[in-house]
Order: sequence, then C-alpha cells, then structure tokens
Amino acid sequence: MSDALLTVDHLNVGFATRAGIVRAATDITFEIHPGEVLAVVGESGSGKSVTALALMRLHPDNAIVTGDVLFEGCDLLNMSDREMRATRGNDIAMIFQDPMTAMNPVFAVGDQIVETIRVHDSSISKQEAWTKSVDLLKLVGVPEPKRRASQYPHEYSGGMRQRAMIAMAIANDPKLLIADEPTTALDVTVQAQVMEVLHEVQAETGSAMMLITHDLGLVAGSADRVQVMYASRLMETGTIDQIFYESQNPYTMALLDSIPDLDGHREQLEPIPGNPPSLLNPPSGCAFRPRCAFAADVCAAEVPPTVVVGDQHESRCVRTRELETLGGEIS
Amino acid sequence: MASSTLVSGSAEIAMATEFEIDSQTDEMLETSMELRVADVEGLSEKPKTFGQLARERFFGHKLAIVGVIGLILLVALFWLGPMLSEWEFDERNVADRLLGPSSEHWFGTDEIGRDLFVRTARGGLYSMRIGLIAAVVATVTGTAFGAFAGFFGGVWDGIVSNLVNLVLTVPAIIVLSVFANKFGASAVGLALVLAGLLWTRIARVVRGVVLSIKEQEYIMAARAAGASNSRIMFRHLLPNIVGAIAVEVTLLLGTVIVLESTLSFLGLGVKPPNASLGTLVADAKGDIDSDPIRVLTPGIFIILIVLCVNFLGDGLRDALDPRAKGSDSSEAKNAKKAAKKARKQSGKQGPGYIAEARTDRTSIGKI
Repeated sequence: MSDALLTVDHLNVGFATRAGIVRAATDITFEIHPGEVLAVVGESGSGKSVTALALMRLHPDNAIVTGDVLFEGCDLLNMSDREMRATRGNDIAMIFQDPMTAMNPVFAVGDQIVETIRVHDSSISKQEAWTKSVDLLKLVGVPEPKRRASQYPHEYSGGMRQRAMIAMAIANDPKLLIADEPTTALDVTVQAQVMEVLHEVQAETGSAMMLITHDLGLVAGSADRVQVMYASRLMETGTIDQIFYESQNPYTMALLDSIPDLDGHREQLEPIPGNPPSLLNPPSGCAFRPRCAFAADVCAAEVPPTVVVGDQHESRCVRTRELETLGGEIS
Repeated sequence: MASSTLVSGSAEIAMATEFEIDSQTDEMLETSMELRVADVEGLSEKPKTFGQLARERFFGHKLAIVGVIGLILLVALFWLGPMLSEWEFDERNVADRLLGPSSEHWFGTDEIGRDLFVRTARGGLYSMRIGLIAAVVATVTGTAFGAFAGFFGGVWDGIVSNLVNLVLTVPAIIVLSVFANKFGASAVGLALVLAGLLWTRIARVVRGVVLSIKEQEYIMAARAAGASNSRIMFRHLLPNIVGAIAVEVTLLLGTVIVLESTLSFLGLGVKPPNASLGTLVADAKGDIDSDPIRVLTPGIFIILIVLCVNFLGDGLRDALDPRAKGSDSSEAKNAKKAAKKARKQSGKQGPGYIAEARTDRTSIGKI
C-alpha cells in the first residue's frame, strides 16, 4: 500500500557495548496508515520503545541505527537536525510512559503547552497559544482548565498529568502520535479513563497512533492492527481479530495463553516457560525456539522469514503452515 | 465591604483546590464556588510564573529577609557613613594617632592618625565589591563550563573535567600570592585572580546537576516536542539549576571576601593607602593586646557580611527549588484566616466550618 503515513523498512537498532553489539531492534518492517491505531506489543526489552525512539531519532548516542524510515515520503533518518526538530512535536508527537517525570517541574502546565505550540510556530502570540492550551486541557478532560493551566505539574495527579501530556502532544495536530506505554504508570482505574481520552483525541484530530504497550487487554479495546515483538524482532502482524482469534505464531499464542481471561473457561494460566534470550547472544535461528512448544530442528537452522498468512496478516515462523495440525496434537 | 468579599473569596479558592476530591459530595457547593472564584479571580487568568512564585517564597523566608536587610544596611553604612564624617580615608594626622573611639573619630584612629571609621567603611565597600565581581565572574565562567561539559558529555566533559581538576590541584595560596601581588592593586584585578581559582567549584556543581537533570524524562519530552539544544539548555536545564547555583554563589561570595581579607592581611592584595577589611585587621594585629577594638571592628564586619550573604543564599535555595510548594503564600494564609473568621461568625456550622476543615487539610497535605 502506497498511501502509508509512515513506512519503516528493515530498521535495525544496535547498541555498541563493551561486550559486543546488542541488537535491540532487528529487521523491523511495517507501515502505519493515516488515522489508524497500530499497537506494538511485547515483553520488556523486546525492542518496542527502542523502535519508537529510533523513529523520532531520540535514541541514545551509542545506538547504531540502519534502515529506512519514510514519513510522508521524507527520510526521517537522513534529514538534517533542523528538519527533524521541525517534524518532532509537530508532525509526530510522543506521549511518554511516566507522566510524573515527563513534565518540567519549573513551568506551569499551560506554559509547557504554549511552548510546544510556539516552538513550531512563533507567529502565534503567547496569548493565543495560552487560550489554545486551555482549550486543549479542556479537550482532554482536565476540569477547570483555565485554573489548572496555571498550575505546576506537581499540583496535578498522575492521571491528570497524563492527560496534560496528551494535550501537549496533540497541541500541533500531529499526523502521528507515538504513545509509549501511556498507561503503564497509572492506576488501573485511571488507565481506562486515559485510554478513552486518547481515543477521543485521536478520533477528533484524525491522527494515526502507534500504541506501545505490554498490556494485551489494552490492545484489544483500542487498536486496529497489532504487531507482536519478541527479542528485537516482529513476530506477528495482523488485525485485532487475526491476532486474538487466528494467531499463526507460537509466541503470540503463548502470550495469549498467559493472560487471565474474564470468560473464566480456562482454569490455569499458562506461563511461557523460560526467560527471554540475551540480545547480545541470541540463540541461533528463531529467538523463541528455546521456549517454544512447537520447536523443531528446522527452527535452529536460520532466522525464520516472515510468512504471509492472510490479508494484512504476517507471521515469523517456519512452521506456520504446519501449526494448525500441530496445535491439535499438543492440546 | 469590598475587602471582606475578597477575603472570603480567597477562602473559596482554597476550597476549590480541594473540590475535585470531594466532587461527588458537594456538587452544589462547587457550582457556587466556581462562580465566586470567577468573581475574585486575578488568579486564574495568567499563571504565576516561576519567578513570581520564587519571589513569594523568598519574602516568606525570615532569615533571607534578615540577610537582605543586613546587607542593605551595611552598604548604606559603608557608602553614606564617610559622607557624614569630616575625615578622608588617607588623611593623616599623626598627632591624633592610636586614639580610641570618640565622637570625633567614631572607630578611633590608626598608627598614623587616619580615621578608622572612614577606612573601615571604605574597606568594607572594597571587600564587597571584590566579592561581588569575583563571584559573578566565577559563576558565569563556572556555569558555562559546567553546563557545557555536563550537557555535551563525552570528550568535552573529559576536557573540561580535567581542566577543572588541574586548576583544583594548583596550590591556591602560591598562585594567589604571585598573581595577587601583580594584579592585586586594583579591585577588578584582584577579583579576577580570585575568580580564576574559584570558578571550578561552580563548574563542578553545575556539571553534576546538569548530568542528572539531562537524563530526566522531561528533557527527552522537550526534545520530542521539537526543542533544539540551545532551547533545552536555556529554557529547560537552566531554570532547574538556578537554585543550586544560587546557593553556591552565596557561599562563594563569602569565601571570596574571606580570601581577599586573608590576602590583604598577608600584604598581597590591596595596597596602601587603600584599605580593605583584611588590611585593617593586619594593621592592627600588633596591638591586639592593648587595643583589641581595632582588630575586632573590621573582623566583625567581615563576619557580618559573610553571615548576611549566607542567609541570603539559604533563602534563595528554598525560593528557587522548583518543587517547593507555595504553601506559605499569602493566599493560603488569608484563606485560613478568612475561614476562621467565618467560623466565628456562623458558629460551628455552615460553609465556613467546612472551609476551615479543608484548608487545614490542604495545608497538612502541603507540609
């Protein structure tokens, strides 16, 4: 599909350490279309955040990034710093995980939004920007936005702060929102509210969203498509239904088996045995092989290629074709 | 009448801060409160800037006020005092040498009959001037180097840190005695020599603070919002480190004044007939047994200046701490007072009672 907003092609992110190169993201290829919500799911350390940061070129200095990232046809990885700055916060905005630390403690919340607006368009007067930031706070459901705008981050609760972060992120009507675990640091009760706000906002502005999370429940309710990552690689990509009901990848299946289910027809949760592999010395072949119930000798031979298993549905497993019959045997 | 509305209005404001938590229980109150808050206002339209808040906190800090007033009085004394005196600082009158304090010579005279009050005033001003210049120069240099090293890290950090260590290993008193002897005759020269040694202290502090702050997520968030390096440095980093710098500066100011006095005492700084507090102590040191007052007066002034400056620094640190709450702001105090008043008027019931309970909670939360 050529109308993609963001095209990521064979993106690799590595970190040069004393012990060798740690491959934090390997061979990442995907697209995000305008207005769509793409969820990126995976365990800690699977490379979700690193991928997002690399898209924004916010990765640490010792990271080595290769591949192509095209945003509306512009090569993000090779544009000048000045152009990149103009893109950040304007076309692509980011929402961070911990709202407690992601706001500058010395500025009033409204002022921080004003700054985000005026960094990109200094022709807007402070007064106008202030009015706009009050409107934005209202949009994300901050009560008494007029008064709250002049308060400092420490005067906000966690949920309110995350709302303010969202307000800041959408201040310039970005085409793409990257939300890096936006609800992880929040109470469960507040999580739902914040997700709702994100949805409303996303619907209102029509922006696309890349939602990074390790919470599959969150994904089910909010994403159009899902991308499952494991040990720096994409394991499976598909629509919500494809991933949740027709998964063709052993890792995704294992992940789904390990979360509690409200229907209650499953008595025991099935944890995935073992631990995620070291990214410094990944196992040969498929990285999930040592923990996989379907592992066979072929899996060790080489890194499995992605296989197209349906419309928009891809899976990285050499035994994809055999899984259906195998699955019956095992369970 | 107007003023009483204002007072009760500020009570409402304090209530409004709390109402979110209690929103289910008093939606009715809420609407009326919002209306009244909107009436009183002034508060909701524009945010209090960080500077305004800091000022508020600073003036609520008693010791800091003592420091400021003390410094103002000292400067006034040093500046205006000599104008009231009939003597000049280098006017000799050998016949009147070594006099005690009198109505004519307020602090007495020295061994060649110069008026000690005028000399002390001049010396105090001189010491303060040197302290101020040296502290400003050292702060600007140190902050620039420290922030640069901390922010850009890597090779730059290595270069600056080694430079700082190099300066720190230099035996200060030797360098000072060489350079102070050469440049010490002018206030600016002496100040620059002192600053040349002391900027490293600021640089180390600033580097450390910048190193820790630049890893904060809000710096990353600012970058993600499209801020450039210079904007991050000046808009996001600097406001967060001014508190640390301010404290260090005032400590430095004290150090400079003491160092200058030491150098002058050793005969390396200020040259006669000019005076500084240090030279005055040095001049009088021979007669400490017979005439302790002559040593004590300049000594006490040194202590007073340094003390006031340190009080000031203390207040600045508290005022510039970004996370300090504006709890002792006049607003909260007025709200409390108003609530008490309201309770007295309306007995133990009614909104005043609630308001007071709430303001109490607010203040506890803030403490």
